[in-house]
Amino acid sequence: MSQSETPLRTRWYTKLFGPGAASGRALVIFAPVAWLTVFFVVPLAVVFGISLAIKEFGRPPYSDLLTVGEGGTVQLTLHLSNYLRIITDPLYVTAYLSSIRIAAISTIVALLIGYPMAYFIARARDPWRNVLLMLVILPFWTSFLLRVYALSGFMRGNGVINGLLGIFGIEPIQMMQTDFAVYVGIVYTYLPFMVLPLFTTLVKLDVSLLEASADLGAKPWQTFWSITLPLSLPGIAAGSMLVFIPAIGEFVIPSLLGGPSTLMIGRVLWDEFFSNTNWPRASAVAVAMLLIVVVPIMLMQRAQDAVVEGRTR
Amino acid sequence: MRLDAANGRAHWNVTPPGAASRAPFAPSLLTFAKDFEMKTPLALALAGLSLATPVLAQDQVVNVYNWSDYIAEDTLDRFTEETGITVNYDVFDSNELVEAKLLAGNSGYDVVVPSGFFLERQIAAGLFQPLDKSALPNLENMDPEVMESTASHDPGNEYGVDYMWGTTGLGYNVAELTERLGEDAALDTWDLLFDPATVEKLADCGVTMLDAPAEAYAAALNYLGLDPNSETEEDLAAAEELLASVRPYIRYYHSSQYIDDLANGEICLAMGYSGDVFIAEAAAEEAGQGIEIAYTIPEEGALKWFDMFAIPADAPHPEAAHEFINFMLRADIAAANTNYVYYASGNEAALELIDEEVKSDPAIYPTPEVSENLFTLNAHTPQYDEMLTSSWTRVKLGQ
Repeated sequence: MSQSETPLRTRWYTKLFGPGAASGRALVIFAPVAWLTVFFVVPLAVVFGISLAIKEFGRPPYSDLLTVGEGGTVQLTLHLSNYLRIITDPLYVTAYLSSIRIAAISTIVALLIGYPMAYFIARARDPWRNVLLMLVILPFWTSFLLRVYALSGFMRGNGVINGLLGIFGIEPIQMMQTDFAVYVGIVYTYLPFMVLPLFTTLVKLDVSLLEASADLGAKPWQTFWSITLPLSLPGIAAGSMLVFIPAIGEFVIPSLLGGPSTLMIGRVLWDEFFSNTNWPRASAVAVAMLLIVVVPIMLMQRAQDAVVEGRTR
Repeated sequence: MRLDAANGRAHWNVTPPGAASRAPFAPSLLTFAKDFEMKTPLALALAGLSLATPVLAQDQVVNVYNWSDYIAEDTLDRFTEETGITVNYDVFDSNELVEAKLLAGNSGYDVVVPSGFFLERQIAAGLFQPLDKSALPNLENMDPEVMESTASHDPGNEYGVDYMWGTTGLGYNVAELTERLGEDAALDTWDLLFDPATVEKLADCGVTMLDAPAEAYAAALNYLGLDPNSETEEDLAAAEELLASVRPYIRYYHSSQYIDDLANGEICLAMGYSGDVFIAEAAAEEAGQGIEIAYTIPEEGALKWFDMFAIPADAPHPEAAHEFINFMLRADIAAANTNYVYYASGNEAALELIDEEVKSDPAIYPTPEVSENLFTLNAHTPQYDEMLTSSWTRVKLGQ
């Protein structure tokens, strides 16, 4: 191995996998990288490619990007019309905004419900703690689809909740096919994703800090506000991301529980793909969604890193 | 690179190296969407990788993709019993979904059942293989009148044969409607759905429409006194205006959910398929909650459609597919299916085996007078279809 190669290679590994990456590690890392390439990078490239085509009735239902003309000229035709349409047609903009709104509200509600749950579980005594954790994970043992569908049994016009209200002489409330039902569905489904990361940060919290705070005369809420909450910020961030990101693209919940006016980008995508057979537009919608989700996350990640670094210094 | 802002295209002219691949990527890699209606994971998300389907010809299997609630309970068992061929049975509730799957390719299905007005353009796109009529001796059972009608979509009936036919009309909860509209209000009219003043009174008990743009616009155009097969922009705009005007009163757009919801009183009016409403009617009767459901072919007229057995061009088991279709065309089997799902059979020989109660129901087998008001749909051109679907998206989402 010549000297000129070594720094180059180090730089490459260091960049990707951090300092100390040696060739032995590369072997271990190869499998996940290959996996991500095959099942993430390549499909993404395919989606991006299709988003630059236009719809055609045939199989496959979109235009070729590369065509061979006379004399072996290869022509690459890229259509930006799908992206232009997404920007100019208010439907898509509204759908993106509405998805972000629904996801954000659901995340906040899940945080408000999930935090006390995680706190309680983290403070529970040992045999109970595992039981409670198990209960959080338990719903995953049945089909997600089934659980969402079962919610409609509760919220239907003659469902369980309206049945109970009826006992007290309250008129049935229209809950199904409303945004409310969608919020219930998303919060219910994604709550474990909020609770688990919160739990892991809260359980690691050093109790002696709380005792010190109390010894120094802080009231419980002061202790919570200035010690517990700041120390659990990484858990809050992780939990919120785990709820927010999948909620934005959620399709099943709004289609089973929501009404026609629950506008979410996942449904628009489904319609473009399966009702309109417009793969190029559906692909463009997906790429745009990726950008919309990824950019804020990267910014947030950077901000979080800055906070962590600032603290350790 | 040249940017053409007017129609949003960019051209890139690359002169050789002449490696010109035609299809740059495997299309079915894209079939990633959650396919939540499938009962068996036939067209798996990664069907495009087709690692899973090295199926041998002698494997006695047929993969059938049919409408939901569209077959008698024991039909498939009887088929397997008699032929030894296992049936993988999947269901759908919209023509658009079938078309999306067929266009994606490698659907894995051997028999699909699109409606005639979709079949027409799918044949033109080369999605089907011609039927081998020598393998379908039971074709002789078919009703010549039905064959003549379906030949308008498929000249010579080369690619498809009718399974059942029906109409797209209105299903309603009798008590809820009379309570809200009065004892002697007419209930056999599209006014129920398309007159904003009327449908407004029904909004609180639940009004739904099919999520089927071709049929929704045909009904709207017919209601407006326009040609349901019109493809002009003005007519499309008029229909969109009508559909948008009743949009605030529609609880949801879905093509199968209304069956259950009508039956258990969740909704009181649905634009729906004739037989599906009868299924709701029967289910409501069985539940014994005192809910009475009725179906009407409105006096303004309604769409008459034919659902057609067809074999995809890339069907893995075409022989078994023919055997399955031939079995379904047998008089006793066709009659059993019609007796179970209440759709009219395209099978003439089956007629004498069909229950009198079904045969004499004018909502299933319309009287000649009613038949005169029924219309059929032609296939839409892809250009018009594009306008139609984006118009429908606007209507549905209330934008």
